[in-house]
Amino acid sequence: MTAAPAFRMPDPLLQVRGLTHRYGPHIGCRDVSFDLYPGEVLGIVGESGSGKTTLLKCVSGQMEPTEGSVEYETRDAGLIDLFRMSEARRRLLMRTDWGIVYQNPRDGLRMRVSAGANVGERLMAIGDRHYGHIRSEAVDWLERVEMDIGRIDDMPHTFSGGMQQRLQIARNLVTKPRLVFMDEPTSGLDVSVQARLLDLVRGLVRTLGIACVIVTHDLGVVRLLSHRLMVMKGGNVVESGLTDQVLDDPQHPYTQLLVSSILPV
Amino acid sequence: MADVIDHPSRTAAAETRAATGYNFAYLDEQTKRMIRRAILKGVAVPGYQVPFGSREMPLPYGWGTGGIQVTAAVIGPDDTLKVIDQGADDTTNAVNIRSFFAKTAGVATTEKTVEASVIQTRHRIPETPLSEDQILVYQVPIPEPLRWLEPRETETRKMHALEEYGAMHVSLYEDIAKYGRITKSYNYPVKVNGRYVMSPSPIPKFDNPKMDRMPALQLFGAGREKRIYAVPPYTRVKSLDFEDHPFTIETWDQCCALCGAGDSYLDEVVTDDKGGKMYVCSDSDYCEQRREAGHVGDGGDPAYAARNQIPAGDAPAGDEPAGDEPAGDKQ
Repeated sequence: MTAAPAFRMPDPLLQVRGLTHRYGPHIGCRDVSFDLYPGEVLGIVGESGSGKTTLLKCVSGQMEPTEGSVEYETRDAGLIDLFRMSEARRRLLMRTDWGIVYQNPRDGLRMRVSAGANVGERLMAIGDRHYGHIRSEAVDWLERVEMDIGRIDDMPHTFSGGMQQRLQIARNLVTKPRLVFMDEPTSGLDVSVQARLLDLVRGLVRTLGIACVIVTHDLGVVRLLSHRLMVMKGGNVVESGLTDQVLDDPQHPYTQLLVSSILPV
Repeated sequence: MADVIDHPSRTAAAETRAATGYNFAYLDEQTKRMIRRAILKGVAVPGYQVPFGSREMPLPYGWGTGGIQVTAAVIGPDDTLKVIDQGADDTTNAVNIRSFFAKTAGVATTEKTVEASVIQTRHRIPETPLSEDQILVYQVPIPEPLRWLEPRETETRKMHALEEYGAMHVSLYEDIAKYGRITKSYNYPVKVNGRYVMSPSPIPKFDNPKMDRMPALQLFGAGREKRIYAVPPYTRVKSLDFEDHPFTIETWDQCCALCGAGDSYLDEVVTDDKGGKMYVCSDSDYCEQRREAGHVGDGGDPAYAARNQIPAGDAPAGDEPAGDEPAGDKQ
């Protein structure tokens, strides 16, 4: 019998401390702190205007917060504050180690170049100069997001909403990121397409071990995907905890309201 | 304002040739100093687009205002100017710009590439190799190679600064995915000195290899877009490509119908309305020099070459894969 190796908690991938963002006199989000561990899926829920998207933009380096720090565990140099590193380095990080899936595929895709080029762009951006290799990677990733390979040379605007989201996911995952941000990835899709997309994302996140931050107003999405949950209201985090704990035993009045306002089918 | 500063090398001979009422080479000396500073910066950072205060010129944008300003800033009374448009010395644009400088600077002009010290060009690089004591000035309509991929100027500048050139290859990828090869045939993007991606101006890709380690100084002026950039002598200029789809230049399965040249860029000339055509050198000076030296083409008749035994040196080189590129496909 060999002794089981002592379990050691891995270092967090992302550490957010005291993050506040103001739009002039208005509060976007206030004093948000959390840790995200490798392979973990964190859901952020709340009503429209509760500061979810502001928080996501700050945490994903798209917008500098008014106060607070966002530190990321880089592969080579350990924890580094996002807004203290050089812009070149931050942008490199964003297109290699991270992925961002937008609510509107038009924000995340190049609509005027083919699906294959959309998937291959990140590879070319990090210096891949072999057409055959880029092409085979594109084929591989389109297969993994369950898209028809025959449409690899079609323009994204000829695709349905669900396919555009799949394409966005493939385009982000091609560089094997460790962290993916998703902003309302399934809103705007009908329920059957939503279900298939969620199934796909769940499978990919699990097999690839990607850490994920998902912003959504749909409690069904977080129930299915996320391990932990943060509930936001008016820019503040009002409740956080394990997903089933928060959804099945909500403590804060707002969370109770949110949970009870799901329409039963 | 300051008095007009005389050009330091202003000579009595040039004085008498130049039209009165203008400063030497049209632009005032302060403007020329400003342009020279931009040029020096451009030479120091090969391929980097230097903003400059482009002036109103007495001709419309798109007719070579940028090239003219650069030429005016570098030309001296002892220079000999050659101006070409699409390779030819006798087209409207070339004739007008040549007479402009003959009038305002009193400089000697020529149509011969070897005699010129400053060559202003639109859409071509001369076939005759250039030397260290020559300057090649390009007229540039759109200096930003990333413009079609990224419309925001702030963003393209950032992409240059951070060397984010992945998007450039996306357009090449699209070509191969759609047509099986890179179809871009003019204004083919290049990387200068291993750093900046640069638009070579709308020259055919046939001319791209000539830019690489060229002994002459290459200056690029974009008047409307207010940018100057440069490639210093003997600088590496590499056309972008993929490892498995390397850069290639256009080839023809004909020789020039007038001079028999097999190594020059050919224009397709329609000769009648029954589909008749012939291919002639786009570089008119190169063609003329060859004809003066006794070379003759087939006059547009493919059977001619067979009958008259054109010297081997004039036939297309045997190692060139002929005919995989439609001739005259420049836009």
